[in-house]
Amino acid sequence: MNTQVDVAANESLVEAKREWEQLTLLPFAQKRPERREQFRTLGGIALERLYTPADLAEHDYLRDAGFPGQFPYARGPYPTMYRAQPWTMRQIAGFGTAVDTNARFRFLIAQGQTGISTDFDMPTLMGYDSDDERSEGEVGREGVAVDTVDDMLDLYAGIDLEQISVSMTINPTAWILLAMYLVTAEERGFDPAKLAGTIQNDIIKEYISQKEWIFPPRPAMRIVRDTIAYSARSLPRYNPVNVSGYHTREAGSTAIQEVAFTLAAGFAYVEEVLALGIPVDEFAPRLSFFFVSQIDFLEEVAKFRAARRIWARYMHERFGAGKAESMRLRFHCQTAGVSCTAREPLNNIARTAIEALAAVLGGAQSLHTNGYDEALSIPSEAAMKIALRTQQIIAEETGVGNTIDALAGSYAVESLTDEIERGCVAYFQEIEKRGGVVRAIEDNYFQMELADAAFDLHLRKERREREVVGVTKYRDDSQNPHVELHHVDEAASERQLARLAATKARRDPAAVAATLAELVRVAKSDENLMPATIEAVRARVTAGEIVNALRPVFGAYVEKPVF
Amino acid sequence: MIAQRDLARAISAVENGHGSFAQAAATLPETARTAPAYVVGITGPPGAGKSTVVDRLIENFRSAGETVAVIAVDPSSPFTGGAVLGDRVRMQRHAGDRGVFIRSMASREAGGGLAPTAQEAVRLVERAGFDVVLVETVGVGQVELEVVSVADTIVVVTVPALGDGVQTIKAGLTEIADVFVVNMADRPGANRTAVDLTHMVRESGRETPVLQTIASEGQGVDALFAALQSARGGATNAARAVRFEVLRAVRDRAARSALAKLDEPAARAIFASLAAHACTRRQATDALFELFFTGG
Amino acid sequence: MPIKVLVAKPGLDGHDRGAKIVARSLRDAGMEVVYTGLHQTPEMIVAAAIQEDVDVIGISILSGAHMTVFPKLMRLLEEGGASDIVVIGGGVVQAADIPKLKAIGVREIFDADATTQDLIDGVERIVREHGRAAARTKLLQANAAP
Repeated sequence: MNTQVDVAANESLVEAKREWEQLTLLPFAQKRPERREQFRTLGGIALERLYTPADLAEHDYLRDAGFPGQFPYARGPYPTMYRAQPWTMRQIAGFGTAVDTNARFRFLIAQGQTGISTDFDMPTLMGYDSDDERSEGEVGREGVAVDTVDDMLDLYAGIDLEQISVSMTINPTAWILLAMYLVTAEERGFDPAKLAGTIQNDIIKEYISQKEWIFPPRPAMRIVRDTIAYSARSLPRYNPVNVSGYHTREAGSTAIQEVAFTLAAGFAYVEEVLALGIPVDEFAPRLSFFFVSQIDFLEEVAKFRAARRIWARYMHERFGAGKAESMRLRFHCQTAGVSCTAREPLNNIARTAIEALAAVLGGAQSLHTNGYDEALSIPSEAAMKIALRTQQIIAEETGVGNTIDALAGSYAVESLTDEIERGCVAYFQEIEKRGGVVRAIEDNYFQMELADAAFDLHLRKERREREVVGVTKYRDDSQNPHVELHHVDEAASERQLARLAATKARRDPAAVAATLAELVRVAKSDENLMPATIEAVRARVTAGEIVNALRPVFGAYVEKPVF
Repeated sequence: MIAQRDLARAISAVENGHGSFAQAAATLPETARTAPAYVVGITGPPGAGKSTVVDRLIENFRSAGETVAVIAVDPSSPFTGGAVLGDRVRMQRHAGDRGVFIRSMASREAGGGLAPTAQEAVRLVERAGFDVVLVETVGVGQVELEVVSVADTIVVVTVPALGDGVQTIKAGLTEIADVFVVNMADRPGANRTAVDLTHMVRESGRETPVLQTIASEGQGVDALFAALQSARGGATNAARAVRFEVLRAVRDRAARSALAKLDEPAARAIFASLAAHACTRRQATDALFELFFTGG
Repeated sequence: MPIKVLVAKPGLDGHDRGAKIVARSLRDAGMEVVYTGLHQTPEMIVAAAIQEDVDVIGISILSGAHMTVFPKLMRLLEEGGASDIVVIGGGVVQAADIPKLKAIGVREIFDADATTQDLIDGVERIVREHGRAAARTKLLQANAAP
């Protein structure tokens, strides 16, 4: 909008708004004042009372919005979006042994779920075997225990891995689990070229927010680099990294920080792989993303749109990406765990539905909706079923997916989209000034920004600038509604220890030693870690054994905490 | 060796003013020792990696068969008197070692005057039989003076290109440093910082060693350890006293210069924005520091 | 004198947002907070609590391992002659487990909906009622008497 006519129209609009404020708003507001002097989004963005076309004076439709499946992808990564098929409904599951979780997967698939998502227990996530003393009390507790490829074989037993995509929420040990997945597929006779799936494998956000780390940032980046490079050659349908803002936001960041830190991490991985000499269009198409969908509806919709636009622009302008697939950002979404309350847990169904709707209107490719018992335990089967039904209702009954990017053109949503993009660009400049992402991690920059934002959010809640229904407002202490929770199977840990012992008894100790020695040699070189890891896993080396062998090579990370 | 619990409680007693130092010391039985403890002060700006250097030095001294106590001082909040003490996070791998005692202390500056308890804590761990005492301070404020007066050897840790790194050090630390460490030496500017420091040392007519370390990977720490061992027994009380006087003068001058600027419009604006929740305390502190000391 | 609190995260879980906010809030309430970092074993927590001579140990736990962690912690405190240090917890603890934890001496469990003020008031009250500061002062004076 930069013609003479537009400028004139804009000026008269601004004038008309001023008149409305004086003649209509002010007298009215004197009788019925607004509730607050300033309203802010959950992410802290100051909101205008109302937005008009004047707020979009700089907005150029073709440049800033465009068409779905076209640069800059603000309106969606694909031209048909949900008119072709709805998003992938991907409820995460994981508890007990592989056999236990496999039963939950089959239940969810029977209910119409279209993708699989796996939650691992803390020892698996952190590289400790179930029989390590550090694992005591945590085996199979918050996710499924996987020590060896034998566990992986049982975890996905009976599931057609060429037909259904399998996502694994795993980070510092992701490359080991990917190796196990490949050996599982191979032993079951599937073609690696047809495997669709994702490992989270986003180590950068571990140092920022989720705090699951083993090695220091630099060797950890090398591991991520190796998985991306390996996939680019051998796994055409596999997403070797799922760059995640979810955990940073859950840890208290703003929406802008969620997008900025996540995309900055994405750029850092791109640079890491480019340094190997692999052209950007050979690996960037397989990079995928993961965001939260929080309760502040409009801010979230704008956030998803902004994220797509920024990624496209940077990939094109900075990294010279030419393929559409390298520029279009695809993301998985999960509703916000922290928005769920322990009190009156059924209220969480309403929260989750609204958050899921924001994800869909923001153009998510796959979605996990939280169970109403999220704040109390890992989800029960009943809670997961309602959560899945919530998605199915949005897909089948509301019709919101029948038109693409329906909220585009909303003055408020477009303004927020622009504001989030500006905030992100400012962060990218600051990160660059500080010597890049890894350096900024080492200097605690992200961690301090996050700590300040989290504390600010905390204070806003304490000041009741943000109310929580049933907790800070409309609290009802007379009732304590009871919901049935997931039953923790205390014997699962024993069963897992027996499984691990059985695999260890069956395997060939010479092959274990030889493959581990080779892996250590590769780790000390600059060769790709994946082939040697696959060989070790095939010999039934455990994840813990691999990590223990590599700790002396890579070192151990200790954080410098900030508050 | 004395039970750690009794030692810990004796330190609390002096820290909290429950009786005199002599009374607290009397709760610890005398240990047989042939030499006083070797007290090493480790100071430098926040973020220079002091805790990591301490963590590595613990390892070196333990390997040499010596027991090690660490007194890690963090600043108390001037606003509330509270403190978060997080230095031991970097040293947690020594948690199972009975020959290592780690104690965090808040500077409690807001409580008024120069809290003498860091010194007394050092004397208590010495009395409890520890061979080596590493005193880590945050690199700003009054506690520095205590360290200077109590330590036999002072290590000043800095990092390359920390903005005004070398400038900060000029403000008096050359007088007190026995060893300079340029940590994170794999970063750009490390050699230049080391060269600058070496020139500065020479200009002041000293021979203070300037070492480079990457403490997070343990590189260069053996050389630092060797420098500490060779400095051991060299420092005198008279030298400590001189350092103490110099630093006190620096502190007083810094405080006066800050107070003189409190009424400036820029300072008022920062306080106003703090009152309006438009910035965090950390941001306000940074802004004021910038204004007072870096010519903002 | 300030109340001294050790804030610790046992186990392998890294969700430290709650622990950090607790540390910062207690500091802002004038307490001295020793933070141990992540991934602590009960042994590490007890050793730190003894060396730091804290009034209170605050355990933040979301991993579901509380029925393993707390009993071990309480046993180690007793063995170390430090069972006068008050132990409290917070995070995700199922309601049914709370009486069991209180039975072994855990003084309070704060749930995810607890406010900062609930927490500060709780810590101050527990230290007033169950802390050892007064007892310790008396003991020292008795020991130091000529």
